[in-house]
Amino acid sequence: MSCSRRDFLKKGLVGGAVAASLPLSSFKFLTPAEAKSAVGDPAVRWGFLVDTYKCTGCGFCVKACKKENDVPYDLPITRTWVERYVITKDDETHVDSPNGDRDGFKDTKIDGKTIDPKDISKAFFVPKLCNQCDNPACVQVCPVGASYQTQDGVVLVDRKWCIGCGYCIMACPYGVRFFHPVYKVADKCTFCYHRISKGMKTACVDACPFGARQIGDLKNPDDPVTKAILTERVAVLKDEYGTKPQVFYIGLDENVR
Amino acid sequence: MRNHVLRPLFAALALVALILTARQLMVPSDFGVHGDSFTYNFYRADSVNDWKKFPVSYKGREYCAECHEDNTESITKSKHAIIQCENCHGPAMQHPDNPEALTINRSRDLCLRCHLDLPYPGSQRGELPAIDPNDHNPEQECVECHNPHNPNLEDME
Repeated sequence: MSCSRRDFLKKGLVGGAVAASLPLSSFKFLTPAEAKSAVGDPAVRWGFLVDTYKCTGCGFCVKACKKENDVPYDLPITRTWVERYVITKDDETHVDSPNGDRDGFKDTKIDGKTIDPKDISKAFFVPKLCNQCDNPACVQVCPVGASYQTQDGVVLVDRKWCIGCGYCIMACPYGVRFFHPVYKVADKCTFCYHRISKGMKTACVDACPFGARQIGDLKNPDDPVTKAILTERVAVLKDEYGTKPQVFYIGLDENVR
Repeated sequence: MRNHVLRPLFAALALVALILTARQLMVPSDFGVHGDSFTYNFYRADSVNDWKKFPVSYKGREYCAECHEDNTESITKSKHAIIQCENCHGPAMQHPDNPEALTINRSRDLCLRCHLDLPYPGSQRGELPAIDPNDHNPEQECVECHNPHNPNLEDME
C-alpha cells in the first residue's frame, strides 16, 4: 500500500472536515447502560409509588398480599406491612404496626400508649414493601446465586436454588425479607411478578381503595407513575445506603425509618 | 521423580475433575448471567418462568361482574365503589367451582379497618366517616343496619 504526501494531506483534510461537522456528543463514551437506552431497549422497569397522604391504614393491601402470595396468614411474617406514625407536640415519635396491619389498626392506643388527639402534631401511615433496589444488597450477598434481579428490575428468589442460609435477610437494610416456613427459603415481595407479567396490577395495588399504592413502568415516560415520580416531590427510604430503591414515596416524613 | 511423590498430585487432579464433572451435572444449563451485571443478574433463567406460573388468586371486579352484575353495579353507585369485591368477599381463585372457598367477612372488625375514629392530620384517614366502636352500638354487627353495597345513611332501612 502506498500513499503519496499529497494524497495523505487530501484525505486528512476531508477526514478532519467530516469530524468537525459532527456534534461534540458523538465523541462521548457511553456506559453499556447508556448505549442500551440510546438504541431503545423494549424492556420495562417496574417501579412503585406510595402516596402516604392517601393511605388510611386499612390494611387491605396486607391481607390481599398474604392471601395472593400464599404467605402463612396467621404467622408474624408478611411481604408488605403498614406502619403508623404518630408524632406528638413534645416531638416524640410513636410507631406501631400490629400484625403488620393485616387486620387494620383496631386500637386508638399506639404501642399500648394512650395519646390524646390534642397532643398530636402529625400522624400518618406508611406502607412498606420490597424496594426492588437497583443495587440490591440482598442479591450481592447471596452465596449461591438464588437471589437475582430480573431484566425488568424485580428482585426475586429462586426457590429451587435457595439454601435458606439467611444472609440476604440480614443484608436487606429495609428488613423486607423473611424465612418462609413452608418452602424453607428466603421470601420477599415479588411485585406480584405472576400478575404484572400478565398485565395485571399487584394484589396490593388492586386491593387499595384509596389509590395510595401504584405500580408502573419507569421506562415509559407516559406512565402515570413515572410522570408523578418525575414531576412531584418524592423520596425513597434510606437513600444514604446507596441501594437506589425503586419504591418512591410522596409525603415521606423525616421521622420515617 | 518417584511415584509416591506424584501420587497426591494425581489424587488432587482426580478430585478436581470429579468436582468439575459433578458441577456440570448439577448446575442447570440456563444458569448464568442474564443481563448487564454479573453481581445482580447471575441466576437460573427458568426461575423467572417459575414465578410467572404462580397462580393468581385475586381476579378483580370485572371477573365478579361476569355473573354478579347487579351487585357490582349497586356498589359502583355508592361511596364504597372504591372498595374491591374481594376485599370483603375473599379472593375469587376457587370461585365458582368451590363456593365454600369464598369467605365473606361481615364482621365489625372489617368495617373498623377504615371507620374506627383515628383523627390523624396529614392522612386521609381523618376525613373518613368514623365511629368510636365502644359508643356506637357495641353489641351489633354493622351490616344489621348499614348496607355495605350502599352505605348512604339516607337510604338506610
